[in-house]
Amino acid sequence: MIRSLKSRNNPLAIVDHQLDILRPTRTVAPFDHQLDDRGLAPLRASVPEILQINLGRMCNMTCKHCHVDAGPDRKEIMSRQTMAECLEVLDRGPIATVDLTGGAPEMNPDFRWLVREIRQRERRIIDRCNLTILLTPSQEGMTEFLAEYEVEIVASLPFYSASNTDRQRGSGVFEKSIEALRRLNAVGYGKPGTGRKLCLVYNPNGAFLPPSQRELEETFKSRLWDRFGVAFNELYTITNQPINRFLEYLIDSGNYEEYMRRLVDAFNPAAVEGLMCRNTISVGWDGRLYDCDFNQMLDLGVVPRGGRHVRELDLEQFAGRTIVTGLHCYACTAGSGSSCGGATT
Amino acid sequence: MSDTYYDPEDLPRFSEMGDDAPQLWEKFQEYYGAVFEPGALSGREKALIALAVAHAVQCPYCIDAYTRDCLSKGSDVEQMTEAVHVASAIRGGASLVHGLQMRRIADKLSM
Repeated sequence: MIRSLKSRNNPLAIVDHQLDILRPTRTVAPFDHQLDDRGLAPLRASVPEILQINLGRMCNMTCKHCHVDAGPDRKEIMSRQTMAECLEVLDRGPIATVDLTGGAPEMNPDFRWLVREIRQRERRIIDRCNLTILLTPSQEGMTEFLAEYEVEIVASLPFYSASNTDRQRGSGVFEKSIEALRRLNAVGYGKPGTGRKLCLVYNPNGAFLPPSQRELEETFKSRLWDRFGVAFNELYTITNQPINRFLEYLIDSGNYEEYMRRLVDAFNPAAVEGLMCRNTISVGWDGRLYDCDFNQMLDLGVVPRGGRHVRELDLEQFAGRTIVTGLHCYACTAGSGSSCGGATT
Repeated sequence: MSDTYYDPEDLPRFSEMGDDAPQLWEKFQEYYGAVFEPGALSGREKALIALAVAHAVQCPYCIDAYTRDCLSKGSDVEQMTEAVHVASAIRGGASLVHGLQMRRIADKLSM
């Protein structure tokens, strides 16, 4: 298993080093200029609808493309105190959805407490699950718990075959993922009429853009059902972000410049409207606020309007704020667009 | 002048073939675009066919372009390799089936 950038003392573990690489060039214009040229600047947020909470950077896996640089050696996790401050946000305003991410969010020892508290407040809950975590001994009963509390599962599965999946996520991961999906199916996830929603996430296995979400979903559904008897509801295609370990891969493989040019060439103005940063608040493990999970990893905090920490968050003030952008934003506007809910156009 | 007959820098200059024959280029572009639109076959299937044909006609520009296109349309290397084997089988079979012509002529000339 590879280790995190941080534990390898890789220079990219320092955010400023990444930001230094992610600078505009002759062929990669600043993202804001691209918006400006089309009359779309400045990028402004609408009323927040989704609270995306990063419960920590610890994970049982170290995938090659991870934009979080998560792994077993990462110790940063959200405290129950900060979780309680997130819950107070729900009590103060009309956030409809709470999106739990990580790392592996289930590894936070207060994960089940938080889910119960959110369910009491009758909000939609999403768990961004890496699947293999459901098979670990420390997570016994997690599958049934998620079903009982009606948590939607958004699970990573970059391909419907072992070779591609294992190259990206580690040896043996595909087989474990299929076993986890079967367990989820067994408690009703992915089956019509159960209300237990199971979505899979495809991301490209390299320096290229995702295909048509609709077309790939059909292929995923038929292949996973025919070969493994696995069912799911929807497929989300997500573009790889040039951040942390995917940035490392791009640089080491000599693909960085071409990938960035490809993202710029594929800039789709129609994808700007549906950008997830417009209706999402991203909360870091330490309670700090960001426009999205990607800005969080680059330590690009929100502009100081409506609070910079979740305990100060004023939802009314937060609406209409100017979103902090960078070259990485091209990944969310390329082609059909990309968000935590897949394609946006 | 390039040191080799094939220059990777030529691929992005492909449209210069329209410089002195714009109407023909336009018709070609329109046809080409229409061919690759999803129809009875999906875009992914068409890209795999294009990749196989690129190997059959041994066009390095097309191999480069359709390797990228196949990956971007959701195929993996296993599927792409099988597509190249299809091209190889047809090319090999085409050589072999011409052996019957050889055998027919040889039969006619032999006692």
